[in-house]
Amino acid sequence: MIETQSSQDGLRTESAATGTPVIELAQVDKVFANGMRGLEPIDLRIMPGEFISLIGPSGCGKSTLLKLIAKLIEPTSGTIRWWGGDFADVGTDGHRLSFVFQDPTLMPWGRVGTNVRLPLELARRPAAEIAERTKAALAHVGLTKYERHYPRQLSGGMRMRTSIARALVTNPDVLLMDEPFGALDEFTRNKLDDDLVRLSAEARLTTVFVTHSLYEAVFLSTRVIVMAAQPGRIFREFIVDEPPARTDEFRTSDRFAHACRELSTILTAASHASGADENA
Amino acid sequence: MKTDAKTVQAVAPIVLGIIVLVVWEFGCKAAHVPRYLFPTPSEIAVSLYTQGPVLLMALWVTLVVTIEAFVVSVVLGTLIAFLFVQSRVIEVSLFPYAVLAQVTPIVAVAPLIILLVKNTSLALTICATVIAIFPIISNTTIGLRSIDPGLLSYFRMNKASRFEILVRLRIPSALPYFLAGLRISSGLALIGAVVSEFVAGTGGRSAGIAYQILEAGFQLDIPLMFAALVLIALTGVILYALMQALTKALLGSWHESALGEDH
Repeated sequence: MIETQSSQDGLRTESAATGTPVIELAQVDKVFANGMRGLEPIDLRIMPGEFISLIGPSGCGKSTLLKLIAKLIEPTSGTIRWWGGDFADVGTDGHRLSFVFQDPTLMPWGRVGTNVRLPLELARRPAAEIAERTKAALAHVGLTKYERHYPRQLSGGMRMRTSIARALVTNPDVLLMDEPFGALDEFTRNKLDDDLVRLSAEARLTTVFVTHSLYEAVFLSTRVIVMAAQPGRIFREFIVDEPPARTDEFRTSDRFAHACRELSTILTAASHASGADENA
Repeated sequence: MKTDAKTVQAVAPIVLGIIVLVVWEFGCKAAHVPRYLFPTPSEIAVSLYTQGPVLLMALWVTLVVTIEAFVVSVVLGTLIAFLFVQSRVIEVSLFPYAVLAQVTPIVAVAPLIILLVKNTSLALTICATVIAIFPIISNTTIGLRSIDPGLLSYFRMNKASRFEILVRLRIPSALPYFLAGLRISSGLALIGAVVSEFVAGTGGRSAGIAYQILEAGFQLDIPLMFAALVLIALTGVILYALMQALTKALLGSWHESALGEDH
């Protein structure tokens, strides 16, 4: 029932078979206030440690799906369960969720350190813990030297890294990222992708990542969910059969090229299956 | 080259000012313009010096009214702005009246206020407040509303309380707008004080600088009139410079409006 799409391809997720899902969507759909159908009813189980990318033509609802998971918006019908319970438990130990926006979304009046510290201060953590964790988060993303800088003094990539440090400082279990590197140049993006692979492994994160780039999706993900538009729906799932600890070596390997080709074929099919005017 | 441009920017107005003063001085003398029509700068300077103590006393009276009106405007205006942001209904019902108070010329309303309020200095403060408060209300309201929706989502996602959102997000976001309102309002408070003094025409011990101008006019002491004008203009410039310095101190490090040219 849940993996009807992928089972057509005979693909199986190792992780999907074991344990309780971190996040589980059952028949979740979204109709917007203007009557537009954002998402067809969707079933999705996200297992601990997975790195999931959501990819598809514009209008396929990948951002909507991510926002539903973050409870930034409410589903029209269907249920979402976080760690088997409802959203009230999210934020407690072992059930932390962090969101990284498309833009860095930093407070321009706050220095890098102030911005990174914000979620801990809002959670009223003790001062010593805040100082220590902020320092660690800044070190993780390589911004230690820039703690006293204001966002406007940083490059786009550094602002994004500040945003990531702010997401990591709470020690999250799940990281939700809405096309975070879309506005960056390819060189910076590759570098941040490398960092993300390392950070995910270090922090044992479960990540849901919206992207436009199939190369990025292949490089980062254990599972890619290809979506189609009009109406927004899950078109197919694609397992990247490669250990999660990936390095630059993977990016230049035949395995990578092969996976990209395969995913590209699926994406083309998804594009054809989407509303015609959308892809004119 | 850059320092040259900066030097020019600083020196040019001063040079122009000196040229105008020199032309004025010698032009008036050459054309034998009588001092009761248009005095020379040197005559104004003499008047400023000899009548200095009286003028400064009068200026002080006006300045007290200005500062009172300005402080009341800032406190009351900010409170009203917060009220507006709390509820659309309040804003929609009150805002037209704030506009009404703003567009009605103070000269027309002042006699009524002065008639109704026994205490003259209080009446003057009320008049000046009526015109100085509007920029604070409108700018602060816009400022409190103009928060980055992404940041607001972020705060909500982190279960921030209304109070935390206010203090950590709304107030810093509103600051640039509020300070712009402050700059306009400080000037308007001075204008309001002077204009309502004209209307009230109060003499005696509580006579402000506007009354000095009126009296100088009756006595055809035109140099004194100019001297009073010079003091009012200087006061306005100082007020503006103070607000500018406050803006720079509060926003200098992060907001575009307060950044230097080289950024």
